[in-house]
Amino acid sequence: MPVKYVESHLWDKYLRTDRLPHIWCPGCGIGSALSAFLEGVERAGIDPKKLVVVSGIGCTGRVAGYIKVDSFHTTHGRPIPFAMGLKLARPDLHVVVFSGDGDLITIGGNHFIHAARRNVDLLVICVNNFNYGMTGGQVGATTPEGAYTTTTPYGNPERPFNLPYLAAAAGAVYVARWTSLHVRRLAWSITEAFKKKGFRFIEVLAPCPTAYGRRNKFPDPIDMLKFFKENCEIKDFADPKEADIVPGKKIILGKFVDLADEKPTFEEKIYELINKYRKV
Amino acid sequence: MSLSPGIYFMSGNDAVAEGAITAGCRFFAGYPITPSSEIAERLSRRLPEVGGIYVQGEDEIASIMAIIGASWGGLKAMTATSGPGFSLMQESIGFAVMTETPIVIVDVQRAGPSTGMPTYVGQGDVMQAKWGSHGPYEIIAIAPSSVQECFDLTIRAFNLAERYRVPVIMLMDERLSHLYEKVRIPSPEKIIIINRKKPKSKENFLPYMPEDDLIPPMPPVGEGFFFHVTGLTHDEKGYPKMDPEVQERLIRRLNDKIRKHADEIIDIQTYMMDDADIAIVAFGSVVRSAIRAVKIARKNGARVGLIDLKTIWPFPEKHIYNFAKNGVRHFIVAEVNYGQVFLEVQRSVRGEAEVHLIPKMGGAIHSPLEIWSFINKLR
Repeated sequence: MPVKYVESHLWDKYLRTDRLPHIWCPGCGIGSALSAFLEGVERAGIDPKKLVVVSGIGCTGRVAGYIKVDSFHTTHGRPIPFAMGLKLARPDLHVVVFSGDGDLITIGGNHFIHAARRNVDLLVICVNNFNYGMTGGQVGATTPEGAYTTTTPYGNPERPFNLPYLAAAAGAVYVARWTSLHVRRLAWSITEAFKKKGFRFIEVLAPCPTAYGRRNKFPDPIDMLKFFKENCEIKDFADPKEADIVPGKKIILGKFVDLADEKPTFEEKIYELINKYRKV
Repeated sequence: MSLSPGIYFMSGNDAVAEGAITAGCRFFAGYPITPSSEIAERLSRRLPEVGGIYVQGEDEIASIMAIIGASWGGLKAMTATSGPGFSLMQESIGFAVMTETPIVIVDVQRAGPSTGMPTYVGQGDVMQAKWGSHGPYEIIAIAPSSVQECFDLTIRAFNLAERYRVPVIMLMDERLSHLYEKVRIPSPEKIIIINRKKPKSKENFLPYMPEDDLIPPMPPVGEGFFFHVTGLTHDEKGYPKMDPEVQERLIRRLNDKIRKHADEIIDIQTYMMDDADIAIVAFGSVVRSAIRAVKIARKNGARVGLIDLKTIWPFPEKHIYNFAKNGVRHFIVAEVNYGQVFLEVQRSVRGEAEVHLIPKMGGAIHSPLEIWSFINKLR
């Protein structure tokens, strides 16, 4: 079948189209997550001038470079503290951190929990593809137990993090999980999260057929999506403890936590303090 | 507000904090570490008073990344640390170099390596300040030697960072940071403040297109410039380009913007060098012993002078060479390490003079008599 290229896309206005084609492999879930994100930007009525997207390193870390806003592609694991500094300096801007599981949770886990604890006003979107895709598919802190990766040839002996539980325990005020199959719900979740304040966390489970899927019985991109369709259960306000990803157990999707707007954000507290003690 | 003009009594660390506020620093993030903590402590109290932001990071990496973010958010930003924290910051320093982010990093050197002697002096981070991050780059490092200079040179550090869009490292040491002395705060009109240049127009704006001085104007966030910033090798558009030609162009410029302005950046102070045939080279707190050593030497009829390095990077190689060409036969480098500035002086004299090292491994600075007795043996 001859390849047909589309002339334009609905979200071109938000994209640096001069950077396309992107680097992601066929069947990768990041594009779906990005598309859902842009739908969320549109629906929430966010002015792209007032939106900043910050990424770390990795496949998802490339997201910032494709979005036509002020965008920052930082160092591995550190987009959150960078974004915190920027947000504190410019509290009027919407600051989004869009990065991968290895970046945000494995190497950057410390920053993740501390930003959640402080309730920094950031929307954090984490595409979790269960491995380090960019470097060839190594194990990470989100790889399911027993899974095969290029550095767990005998199966992963470690237990992965349960991200919604981790985020909720650390104090995130909004916690949701979707997959790159559930793009409509994801887009609505992003829309909703844009309208709230505080540390908001959305996990997006995504296939990585090239690096992860083919070693774990999901060789075709569609295999992982089928798996999501058959093995996910949508359950709002489920106990995040139950959100662990364990072979043979249903994967819980939905919104786990929504305390946004109830708690003051870090910026609000800092500026309150400044207003109180300011002498000039 | 900034300290009003007058005479104050304060420590080196306090003077750095006050210098930062006077320079316009309005964001500080840091992680507690001896012997730099007083800088964070003072700024946690002082910054809110001037409308500035203080954050204590969860570690040094978070702290430096937060100041880089804040700098892109339009604020002058600083962090302060010591050896172990400075080591943790290295990757991010490279990121600031590559993205041309103006920041100031205070490294109050203590005796190392590793945890070493946290409460004692060291000067072993000289080479780390230059190339502690990976890849070929140039940076600016400043070394005050009095509490007055802690104030004055912190202002200069911000000015250089803003002017050249480069991280500037204040290479302090423990002895200086905890030294209390008189500081004269000048009146505001006598203080020079430099701010980063901004793009004049959004039309055809390329975020990494340098002007004639090799420095691109820095766009503000949130105003519709829609720029991209990356630590990857990037073209003038700011887009990643995995292309050796782009790498060649970018990295040459990042180095040359410092190298070609070395004469403007370099600052040395000399003492009794006019007729000297022996020169002590020192920086930081060692300068104070060296001044005394020069006085002792002069009393004993030795023609000894002092070269006090206010800037260590870029290295004042031309100045050192000129001294060697013009009659200095011996350079004596006194530093609290096993030979770092020594290697630079050796390189700079190009065989025109002998270069000697009086090393100390850390924990104490040289006494004036130690330096003098070394000189005396040379005569």
